[in-house]
Amino acid sequence: MPATTGKTRPNITQNEKLLFELSTPGKRGYQLPPLDVPEVDPVETLGEGNTRAEIKDFPEVSEVEVIRHFSRLSAWNYGIDLGLFPLGSCTMKYNPRINETVARTEGLAWAHPYQPESLSQGAMEIVATLECVLGEIFGMDAVTLQPAAGAHGEYTGIMLVRAYHESKGNPRKKIFVPDSAHGTNPATAMIAGYEVANIKSNERGMIDVDSLRAAIDADVAALMVTNPNTVGVFEQDIVKICGLMHEKGAQVYMDGANLNALMGIARPGDFGVDVMHSNLHKTFSTPHGGGGPGAGAVGVRSHLEPFLPGPRVKRASDAWTWDYDRPQSIGRVRAFYGNFGVLVRALAYIMALGGEGVRNAAIDALLNANYIRARLKDRFKIAYDAPSMHECVFSDTLQAERGVHTGDIAKRLIDYGFHPYTVSFPLIVHGSMMIEPTETEPKQELDAFCDAMLAIAGEIESDPEMVLKAPYNTRTPRVDEVRAARKPKVRWQPE
Amino acid sequence: MLAACGLDSLEQLYSHLPKEALLDRELALKPGISEYEIVDYFNQRGGACATGYASFLGAGVYRHYRPVMCDVVASRGEFLTSYTPYQAEMAQGTLTAIFEFQTMVSQLTGMEVANASMYDGSTAVPEAALMAMRITGRDRCLVASSVHPEYRQVLDTQARNARVHVETFGYDAATGQIDMARLESLIDDKTACVIVQSPNFFGAIENLQAAADLAHKHGALLVDVFTEAVSLGLLAPPVCADIVAGELQSFAISPSYGGPYAGIIATKEKYIRQIPGRLVGETVDADGNRAYCLTLATREQHIRREKATSNICTNQALIALMATVYMSIYGKEGLRELALQNHSKAQYLAAGLDRRFSAPLFNEFVVRTKSPDAVNKALLDKKIIGGLALGRFYPELADCMLLCATEMSKKQDMDAVKEALR
Repeated sequence: MPATTGKTRPNITQNEKLLFELSTPGKRGYQLPPLDVPEVDPVETLGEGNTRAEIKDFPEVSEVEVIRHFSRLSAWNYGIDLGLFPLGSCTMKYNPRINETVARTEGLAWAHPYQPESLSQGAMEIVATLECVLGEIFGMDAVTLQPAAGAHGEYTGIMLVRAYHESKGNPRKKIFVPDSAHGTNPATAMIAGYEVANIKSNERGMIDVDSLRAAIDADVAALMVTNPNTVGVFEQDIVKICGLMHEKGAQVYMDGANLNALMGIARPGDFGVDVMHSNLHKTFSTPHGGGGPGAGAVGVRSHLEPFLPGPRVKRASDAWTWDYDRPQSIGRVRAFYGNFGVLVRALAYIMALGGEGVRNAAIDALLNANYIRARLKDRFKIAYDAPSMHECVFSDTLQAERGVHTGDIAKRLIDYGFHPYTVSFPLIVHGSMMIEPTETEPKQELDAFCDAMLAIAGEIESDPEMVLKAPYNTRTPRVDEVRAARKPKVRWQPE
Repeated sequence: MLAACGLDSLEQLYSHLPKEALLDRELALKPGISEYEIVDYFNQRGGACATGYASFLGAGVYRHYRPVMCDVVASRGEFLTSYTPYQAEMAQGTLTAIFEFQTMVSQLTGMEVANASMYDGSTAVPEAALMAMRITGRDRCLVASSVHPEYRQVLDTQARNARVHVETFGYDAATGQIDMARLESLIDDKTACVIVQSPNFFGAIENLQAAADLAHKHGALLVDVFTEAVSLGLLAPPVCADIVAGELQSFAISPSYGGPYAGIIATKEKYIRQIPGRLVGETVDADGNRAYCLTLATREQHIRREKATSNICTNQALIALMATVYMSIYGKEGLRELALQNHSKAQYLAAGLDRRFSAPLFNEFVVRTKSPDAVNKALLDKKIIGGLALGRFYPELADCMLLCATEMSKKQDMDAVKEALR
């Protein structure tokens, strides 16, 4: 088994059965207080047909078995707390623990969305304050915090575009989506009832202004643009592009997945964007948690404000209040007021950094990405010559000559103790390797990562077969994903 | 580092941006502050909310005790700071926990397949409607007015794109259950699904079998919605439904002023390729050992783009993990006992009050009173948050409030509520 150097060494991990296999009849991990009212007979109060005898096969385990079970599982995982997590477009930055503490503040964590406004003033002030500071960072006139995630923010944004065009008498038919876009963009356009028209990127990885100009007609509702785009490049013609769209009465939607590159440097509202979302779980450091929860704040210029989802928080004479009187609103996109607990964390993050800190975070993110690019560019082919912003994208062209592809390099990187970069995305780069280090990585960690990448490049020269079978050092070697999809087994059942 | 990049200054990292795009001033944000000041700020904001109050609000968000273990597990950095488990070899912890979550949700709902979670219950409903439309090839959705009003509003927003046609049918004025006669007159061979909630927004337990029989007779699907997951510990699972769309907030998720929560969609095996959101499946690794990975990704946006079943990218993994720990801590007997405590408390609270509807209740019910606002105001003086005045959602129920009791409702507070309502 090929050894690795530097960051990793084999470690004991425990085997662990599933909860259902650990179960012993009658075991439980928690005791309820005695009931202070008479216990009823549910068959009498509900009727026999409305009750269940038992939850068949539900787990029966003790408290110590629960903590061991989940601790053992956790040891099979990797997170930012363990090291660099350079997934491009995902902005895996450090998640400050203070944010977890304040989100659990009693009066906030136990606030019921229907409790009286007079007893919700603190929570409402947090919502209003975050709307305001995000508006300043986005360069937007109004912000809604109702969407639950980035893709949900996209959906909200495109529904706003639809409502805007409807108010002018015609919702229009299609949305322009560059071929470099995240898959959520075309899926969102579809769900919002639009056709998708793909826009080609040019040889610099940017939107090709001429093909855009040629494609624009009166049926286009909006362009969905990611900026910096998914190849980590700032759209140099963004001001011109926005102008072209506006000339035809169309809107510009910005996917703010990569906003971390721009905070305090440039503002989408200033360069012509009408509506955008930002993933608070990316740019504003709220934890990804293995895939959620997130929050997708949506910012708009003033002409789209009347269409925002309601209710909106507003200041009445001397108190905060929810304004439900929104006749032009697209309606709700989610029950209640959004992922409030995530909003608390994002506000705490911005308060800790302040205006200067936010800008420094963006600059450091650019520096770290460019440092990786500089260290790797001689051994891996950079996808586009254009300057990198917060992430750098390589192609596996040089390694593919030896039969090793981006997915294989990613698996070998795991042996070196790093989570891989984003594999095979964006689709416009063949064999793409998309690397986003974020600003919170120390130089030592970046160097260890670059050393690992360069070592793998060497291994591919000397022993490509070895790399193809990686990882070797994980407790779980390569997982057979094809088999999982062939005959899906998505729940445990007794033998 | 700058030298390694071939640069002289930090400004050169972004000086290639078009001039008119660059911000020519500093952000108008306050300077950064210390950890202590941040804690102090949020403590003050929390203090400006309800602390130390008993509450009888439910209506889709429930106050249940949160076993300490849920936060202990969810605070582990290996879970908290990990990403969507695309790299299965580095994410077996998250993947195994999601597989257990899917299994437990299937067991609770009586369905064969459950996804890895949705944003919340309200967004699970339109996703279920779209799923029913894909399965049936029809575009009409009939939704009961006793489904959570804000969930219906989210569905209405979805309907604005004109591909979904949503019509609402009412409830029986005596029982609070769905108006079967009205549903029967509306349903036709263009109906993709009938959407019913049980226990419904009024707390009334629906006759799901009758709704299912009617839907199936017309080739439509039955979508069952739930907002109070604890009820599944005691109530018969909705096995006659084709799709179950629900909210798991009750399982260890603090109310948190409305989110984050975790929704679910569960369904029959035969519809697995139409389910939205992430799915984890069992497989083997190169050594032949059991392992897990994300599966059926060909339904999803990052592969299918505009042809995907949904635009959803995230699930609510960390929230689902807390719910998984909660379900394991209570377990088979504990969850039933918990549900029975909720039910017993609600029965105690309801006894002797002027209940508006006659259908069986789980832990919520509607009570009639001259002025819900006056009752609530009087209760606030005793540090009790009363019920939800229903007039804001149902003008015809302006003299009614929705009350909820959970295992955290104390007898003395319930007695005070009963007194205020007499």
